Amino acid sequence: MSGGNREIDALIDVLARLPGLGPRSARRAVLHMIRRREALMSPLARTMAHVAETARECTRCGNISTAETCPVCADPARSTGEICVVEDVADLWAMERGGAFAGRYHVLGGTLSALDAVGPEDLGIPKLVARVREEEISEVILALNATVDGQTTAHYIAEALADTGARLTSLAQGVPIGGELDYLDDGTIQAALAARKAF
Amino acid sequence: MEWREQGIVLSARRHGESSCIVELFTEEHGRHLGVVRGGAGRRMAPLLQPGAQLDATWRARLEAHIGSYTIEPVRQRAPSLMGDRLALPALSSLCALLSFALAERDPQPPLYRTSFATLDALGRGDWLVAYLRWELVLLEQTGFGLDLARCAVTGAREGLAFVSPRTGRAVSREGAGAWAGRLLPLPECLLGQGPATPSEALLGLRMTGHFLQRRLAPALGERPVPGARARFVEALARAV
Repeated sequence: MSGGNREIDALIDVLARLPGLGPRSARRAVLHMIRRREALMSPLARTMAHVAETARECTRCGNISTAETCPVCADPARSTGEICVVEDVADLWAMERGGAFAGRYHVLGGTLSALDAVGPEDLGIPKLVARVREEEISEVILALNATVDGQTTAHYIAEALADTGARLTSLAQGVPIGGELDYLDDGTIQAALAARKAF
Repeated sequence: MEWREQGIVLSARRHGESSCIVELFTEEHGRHLGVVRGGAGRRMAPLLQPGAQLDATWRARLEAHIGSYTIEPVRQRAPSLMGDRLALPALSSLCALLSFALAERDPQPPLYRTSFATLDALGRGDWLVAYLRWELVLLEQTGFGLDLARCAVTGAREGLAFVSPRTGRAVSREGAGAWAGRLLPLPECLLGQGPATPSEALLGLRMTGHFLQRRLAPALGERPVPGARARFVEALARAV
């Protein structure tokens, strides 16, 4: 792969296992890093070693950070009355990229799944119910994927939280910004039409 | 090898970075798997939700290969049920049970036709009876059919009120006598007497659940009945 060097081959092999990379792009990345050893490779190695040692799940919300409580939960400026329930850490990071939500999160770590035999006890649902009660949450926003498993999970959570007194809301479903109707699938058009609002 | 047929999506499992292994239920080829290239992508993933109707072309070099599907959407069923807290778990339950109970590539035309009609009925009118009847057809097609036509004790066709948990045969109130407490209640809606109330449907699901658990599951190697069915029953119990 690299001309016979075993260590470099091993590095290429590890990088090629990352999502979005294959052997060819891993080779290019390794070559690029070796050429910029001081500026790129050494800091990358140090940062990776540090994150590998310190990364953990936030004990409150399930976000991944290098501290016991993640920056979102630790931020005193964020609203404490709203929790946004997401399926995965990647969804939390996507919500944060948008910057539209100023409350806190709860990461389930998956959805109820018939295929993978994932039940409520495998997800953080009991922990969410306890959190809503203890932290006197006024609104729970169900930001789960618009899939059969995602919405089945949302209904299950709604039932589990029914007697907590918290207001339950969910994300709207419909036409994405910049989307053209002609390219949308039937389901999205159906959902958009059902959720139409006064103009 | 190549064939083209419409099918119902039972599941789609991610395969590699961008593909999916899709499980379709078709009339002529039964429960049949195949790879959909690009199936995990933004454009294709919404089309592969459980319950969706697809026009699929399956190709493989040899019959024994998993092969690949080329798909065209016919219609989706899940989007209109997303807000329905009973019909959505029923759709999950139906797809999960088909995936659980059927052998691969074993055609079951009557079950396909019933499944097709039941999925179309979900969330509309008296769909709980349609779902219950579908579970009876599933039991029948997998070799564990119930006999609800006449009483196993007296032979009477009237007054049927129970099902024997051992034989799956109906028993009338008169025939049950002192054994009534040991029999499974038979809801009237399954005898064609009126629509199913949620509590009647729940009785019916407990009855079919008994046979799914005690007869079908052991025959499939003691695999547990999919949790999706239990969640549907729980949701219905909360609605009662």
